[in-house]
Order: sequence, then C-alpha cells, then structure tokens
Amino acid sequence: MKKSLMLVMTLVLTIMLAACGQNNAPKSNNTAEAPGAANETPANETPSSELSGSILAVGSSALQPLVDQASKKFMDQNPKVSIQVQGGGSGTGLTQVSGGQADIGNSDVFAEEKLDASQAAELVDHQVAVVAMAAVINPEITVDNLTKDQLVGIFTGKITNWKEVGGQDQKIQIVNRPSSSGTRATFEKYALGTKTEDLQGSIQEDSSGTVKKLVKETPGAIGYLALSYLDDSIKVLKYDGVEANEENVANGSYPVWAYQHMYTKGEPNEVVKAFLDYMVSDDVQNNDVVELGYIPAGKMQVTRDVDGNITNK
Amino acid sequence: MAHTGRRQKPKQHIIEEWTGKIFTSLCIVLLVVTIFSMVYFVATKGLSTFFKDGISVAEIFGSTQWKPDGEPPIFGALPFIIGSFSTSLLAALISAPLGICAALFMIEIMPKIGRKYLQPVIELLAGIPSVVYGFVGLSVIVPFYRDVFPGQGLGIAAGATVLSIMILPTITSIATDALAALPPGLKEGSYALGATRWQTLYRTVLPTTLPALMTGVVLGMARAFGEALAVQMVIGNAPHIPGSLFESTSTLTSVITLSMGNTVMGTMQNNVLWTLALILMMMTFVFVFVVRWLERRANR
Amino acid sequence: MSAKTADKIATAVIVTLAGFIVLILAGLLGFILVRGLGHISFDFLTSPPETIKEGGGIGPQLFNSLFLLVLTLLITIPLGLGAGIYMSEYAKPGKVTDFIRLIVEVLSSFPSIVVGLFGLLVIVNVFGFGFSLFSGALALTVFNLPLMVRITEQGMKSVPVAQKEASLALGLSKWKTIRSIMLPIAMPIILTGTILAAGRVFGEAAALLFTAGMSSPRLDFTDWNPFSPMSPLNPFRPAETLAVHIWKINSEGLAPDAPEIAAGASAVLILTVLAFNLLARWLGRVMHKKFTATK
Repeated sequence: MKKSLMLVMTLVLTIMLAACGQNNAPKSNNTAEAPGAANETPANETPSSELSGSILAVGSSALQPLVDQASKKFMDQNPKVSIQVQGGGSGTGLTQVSGGQADIGNSDVFAEEKLDASQAAELVDHQVAVVAMAAVINPEITVDNLTKDQLVGIFTGKITNWKEVGGQDQKIQIVNRPSSSGTRATFEKYALGTKTEDLQGSIQEDSSGTVKKLVKETPGAIGYLALSYLDDSIKVLKYDGVEANEENVANGSYPVWAYQHMYTKGEPNEVVKAFLDYMVSDDVQNNDVVELGYIPAGKMQVTRDVDGNITNK
Repeated sequence: MAHTGRRQKPKQHIIEEWTGKIFTSLCIVLLVVTIFSMVYFVATKGLSTFFKDGISVAEIFGSTQWKPDGEPPIFGALPFIIGSFSTSLLAALISAPLGICAALFMIEIMPKIGRKYLQPVIELLAGIPSVVYGFVGLSVIVPFYRDVFPGQGLGIAAGATVLSIMILPTITSIATDALAALPPGLKEGSYALGATRWQTLYRTVLPTTLPALMTGVVLGMARAFGEALAVQMVIGNAPHIPGSLFESTSTLTSVITLSMGNTVMGTMQNNVLWTLALILMMMTFVFVFVVRWLERRANR
Repeated sequence: MSAKTADKIATAVIVTLAGFIVLILAGLLGFILVRGLGHISFDFLTSPPETIKEGGGIGPQLFNSLFLLVLTLLITIPLGLGAGIYMSEYAKPGKVTDFIRLIVEVLSSFPSIVVGLFGLLVIVNVFGFGFSLFSGALALTVFNLPLMVRITEQGMKSVPVAQKEASLALGLSKWKTIRSIMLPIAMPIILTGTILAAGRVFGEAAALLFTAGMSSPRLDFTDWNPFSPMSPLNPFRPAETLAVHIWKINSEGLAPDAPEIAAGASAVLILTVLAFNLLARWLGRVMHKKFTATK
C-alpha cells in the first residue's frame, strides 16, 4: 500500500515537473526564433521542414472550424509544427493574446471594440476571411424580404406581428444573441445601424446551432445566422431586396458582413507568421474558406475600417 | 543482527506513525487551501465590480435593467437572481413529492421491489450527464410546452422540469437514508394502536423525519441552483423578469455561461459576471448553513 | 372517508409516483438509445470527428474522456484517501475538525460552473497550464475530492472496532493498522463509491469548458511518448471530452449529420455510465462475498 502510494506520488510529481518543462519549451522557442525571423524573410515561401514550434490559437467559435481545418493541413506539410485551436469566444481570444497566453487571438470583431485603446494598439490584425450574416425566419412565414427599417422595427419591438410587414397574422418571436456576442454586434452595426435593447420575452442563444433549431421549430421566429449555417430547414430573407450571397457581399451591395481577425501581439514570430501566411494563401482561401461557407478576404472588392467606413479597393 | 533489529523496531514504528500523520494532514491542508484560494480569487474578482468599476451594490441587487452596452451601462442582476430562485424552487417543489414517495415506496411499501428496481434506476438518473438532460429538454420538453401552453416553450417551467429530474436522486437518496434510520419501535407502536399504514406514515413517520427530508430538498435545490448547461439550453436567456412560466428568462448560471467567453477579462462586464459567480458561491454557503441547521434539528 | 380507503388511496398514489419515476427514466433512456444506438459502430467509436463532412466519429473524444478520468483518479485517490483517513482516524473532535467538515461540505456543493471559472482564472491563466487535460483534471479533482473524503470516511467507519483494537493491541503502529487492517476491510465501500463518483466525472462538462478546452489537436496514436505534443498521453494538450463534444456539436456543429453524432455520442456516454454503475454493483457484491466468506 505504502509503495503504491509512493508510486502515485512520484508519478504526480513527474507530471508536475513535466508541466514546467512543457511550459518553458514553447516560450524559449519563441524568444529564440523572434530575432531569427527578421533575418530570413522568405522562410514562409519554402515549405521548409525546418519550421518547428507550437502555436496556440484561441477565440471566436465562428472562426474556429476554419482555423482548425487549415491548421491540420499546415501540420501535414510541417510535421514538426503543432497548432492548437481553441474556441471560447472572441473575448477569451483577445484576453489571452493580449495577456500572452495565446499566440493568436481569433475574433469576429475589431480588437478596438473590446479592449482598451492601449491594449488594442499592441495587437496586429490579420484579416483572413469575411463572414456574412442573413436574417432567417421560420419557413412557415410568408415573407421573403425585409427592409432595414422593418428589421429595426422588429428588433426594437415596434413591429410585433408578421402581418405588419406583409406576412400572415402571427406574433413575431425574436431569437437573438446575448448582448456580448460578436455576431450580434455585427448584425446590429451593419443590418440595423443601431444598438437594440433586449426585449421582454425574446430568446437569446449564443450558439448558431441552437438559434437554427429554435428558428426552425418556433412558429413566427426570426433570428440571424452566418451564411455557413444556412440550409433548407429555415427561410433566408433578402435584405432591402438584396440576396445574401457571396457575390453581393464581395461587391459591397450586401452590407451585413464582418472580417474574421486573427490577432497577434506585436509582429508574429517565424512559425506563427508562416501559419498566418498560409491562412491567406490560395490553398486555404480557394478551398477551405469557400468550403466552410466563409468568403475569401481577397475576393472583397471593398474594405471597411473599424468605424464602418467602406471604401472601394 | 537480532540486536540491531530490536533497536530499529521502535524507531521504525515512530517513522511510520509520522509518515501517516504527515501525509494525511498534508491532504487536509491541501483541501483547506483549495477552498480558501477559491473563495479568495472569486471574491477579489467579484468585488472589483464595486471597488474598481464603481458599480453600487444597490444597482446589482436592486435594478431590473441589464444593459451592458447601454450608455451608461446598467448591470441589474435582479432578473437573474429571481430566475435562479424561482427555477430551483419550482424544481424542488416538483421533485420533493416524487422523491419522498419513491423513498416511501422503497422503505415502507415494497422494499424488495424497491431495492431491486427503483434504487438502480435512481442511481442511474444521477449518472446521466447534464448535457444530455439539456439536450433531451430542448428536443422533448420545450416543443411539448410550446404546443400545449401559450408562449415559446422555453422558460422557467422547462428549466424547472429538467432540473426536477436531475435533483430527484439527491432528494430520494437522503429521504431513503432518513426513513431507513427510523427506529422500528416507532412504527410498530403505531400499528399496534390500530393505525393503518398511511396513518402511521402521515402521523408518525413523516413528522419525525421531516427535518431530514427537508435536508434532502434543500440539497437538491442547491444543486438546481448551481446547474449551468442544462438550464441554459432550455431557459431562453432573456435578461428580464418573465411575465409567465413559459416566457424566456435567465438564471445566474445561464448568464455566466452565455457571456463569459464573449467578454474580455478585466473589463467591467466581465467583472460583473464574476460578481454573479460570487453570488452563486455565497448562495452555496447559505444552502450549506440551512442544511446544517436542519441536521441539528433532525438530531435533536 | 374511512381510514382504510385513505390508506388504499395513499398507497396507490405512492406506487403510481414510483412507477412514474421508472417511466421517466425508461423514456429518457429509450429516447437517447433509440436515437443513438443506430449510429454507433466500430468506425464511429474510433475515427476522428469531421468539421463539415459526414461520417465523423468520436474516437479522440472517447479516449480523452477515459484518459482524463484516469488522470483525475490518480490525483484524487491518494489525496482523498489521505484526507478521509485523517478525518476518521486522526482528527480530534473540536472546532477545527468541525470547520474542516464544513469545508468539505461546502466544497461538495459548489456549482460546477464556479469551479470551472476558478480553474480558468487560476489553473489556466495564473499558473499557466493553459487549456489542458491537466487543468481539467485539477478542476475535476476539486469536485471529486469531497466525495472521496466522504466515501473513505464511510469506509473506515464500517471497520469493526474490535479488529482495529486487536491490531493496536498487538503493538502495530496506528498507521500500519490503518494500512494493513482497516483499509482492506474498507475497500469494498471505497471502491464502489469511487466508481460511482467516476461516472459523474465522466459526464461533467460545465467545468471542463473553461479548463480542458473545446478542441482536440491531431493525435498520433503511434506516439506514446508522453512529452511529445501530438502524443495522446501528453497531459498538457487541450482535450475535448465526450460530454463537451456533445455540447459543442449541439451548439456549433456544421457537419450535416451533427444531430446523429450528438445522439450517438449521448448514447455512448449513457452506456458508459451504465457500465460504471453495473461494475460498481458487481465489484461491491464480489468483495462483500469474499469478505463474509473469509470471516
């Protein structure tokens, strides 16, 4: 009994020691490579097998599938690199990247909107894709287009019945996101143009899957989803007569979209830079990005800054 | 050899004794340190809302407005506190009669069948993960309520239904223990006086075991109060005091799960979430003290 | 109403409610198993999940759940046994002991989400373990420890006083008595309790969301060196357990067969918990028999 106890204790101890070792490893790696990155700029072009190290990317669950899939391909090409992709929300991603726990912070919103100006200034933005959102409704509702004013009316509670916007006589049930959500921030900023308050009786879900399920099942429900989650079980609305599709987003006629950001603290080190370059390479942009329902950042014919000003490229 | 062996024996004895004492005491110290650091960290985080961000206690506990994005932001946690209390109270109200009846069945009415079938069933209920409860709640209970009652199906009623099944094992197992611990003379005396089984149960057994039964109910409520994922899936999460049991509302835990990942640590909104966690923690203490008080009454 | 009819009515009500509980469980299990069983196959249990294509499995998640359980038990069992033995054998009745007992009680009823948040703040961020199996195991230890302490105490209390005193009278040290006389007798109770507690660890999700993370890096099942980052045995990699995976696919799943995967994974989870329960009962019976026979 005593021996086995000792054994367990030593095991625990070894694991603890290993913890320290593990923690030091990536850190020393980074510091060693930071000066190296300055000397050899074209390292990212050649898929060299010398690249080694580990990357931790944390944040937005909307961006997670893309980064996850791209990281798997990147690791296949660079077997010595290990990339870990975590969800947890844009807030967590920005916290951890600015605190130095993560190498990359994934976010659906500009860092300036969540962090203090001084903290946000330290972060370097890498826009890897664009996500567009569309208003979706229960398939039984006989409406297929809503104007901006009508949407504002619905989400601020001034319009409460579908017959007011040309549908049947049915109460409108809002399926919203929590006020801290990046998806909601995007929708309010670009589709409604105003912040809305949480209405009495509105449903709030953070996850796209649950929003979809509830919109599908609840009579009179309206919500909004990223394009990648759309399918036949729900009805997608036109916005001011414009259909939500890749082409309309790219040419700027459909305004409800947001960049997907991958933030680093300061300039990235060699391995992180190679991975970020890979994210915007054609290999990822033309395959995974499209496959997963995002819009390639390179295809956008317009650009938008933090304050929402749109300029043609 | 024999000489040294004899001399070593008492020494080894002492060493052994001390290893035991030190090892076990270390374990206890670790336990105590864990809980103190938990209270310390959550409290410093939670209290910074009041000290650093300057939000008044009255606002958190008194205001019904939750507008983290408003100008100025308002953080009234009253709807969540009310949501948590009403959901867990309702869950306990549904679950208590079920659990106590199950215990009566197992101990008083058909002990053989009860022990053989009902007990494993209830133990299994305790083992089902909360995620699965939430999933079933969202796929079965919510649509059912939506079709039968006016409203969206989501809300306190759906949350309480799911929770009542989750806390059933807690209430039942404590009630079973209490009933089994009853001295047999008590019941026999009642039967000898010609009382029926129900009269015995109602007049003698239940009053004597009431504090212990209440302990189970309070512990069940405590569990319901702290449950997060299952509730968040079926409650609807609107930050308002609902007008009916079938209208979307929030609990303390659902707000935390919903917003913790979306906010940045150190910001005002994040700190308020920690304050909510602190309230949850304080409620745990309250529940434990109520349980202790009930236990003291039971032992008297 | 006569006392007899009241008695009959009451009995009927109690029996009905008891039956109702069985029905609820049967319905619950039936619902999960009917939806999920069809999806379980060897392939499903072993292949890695897919993001957007059909046919993803739960292999790494299943492995993570089991591995996390082992890690948690490795930490909890020695600590829980030690603390439990202290409480039942060494602690002298008094204010301090009462206080510790109170602490154990409080710890056991802490909401799992508070434990998860504490884990996020202290284990993940302050200590810098990151989202990892190890952080998850530590968070789960916080839950499991009070349970273990209580189970050990119960086990030690079940040892006949005469046996303990006989050993002490033979001149064995107290620690030796505890180890070689009392622990073996208490073993059946401790073991059954531990297995039942393990079942609960298996299904925990809320605390793990914030500590063990929601992603599973690529695992190389041929690499068994615990220090390599892709080795499944490395305790410092992030790991998504089965319960967390169900939560994730339900909420963000993009795969077209996400509902089936969720149902299948739920069924696997339930079956595992069921297996734990049966194992605990069987072990308890076997050990009880062994001890009563040798007596």
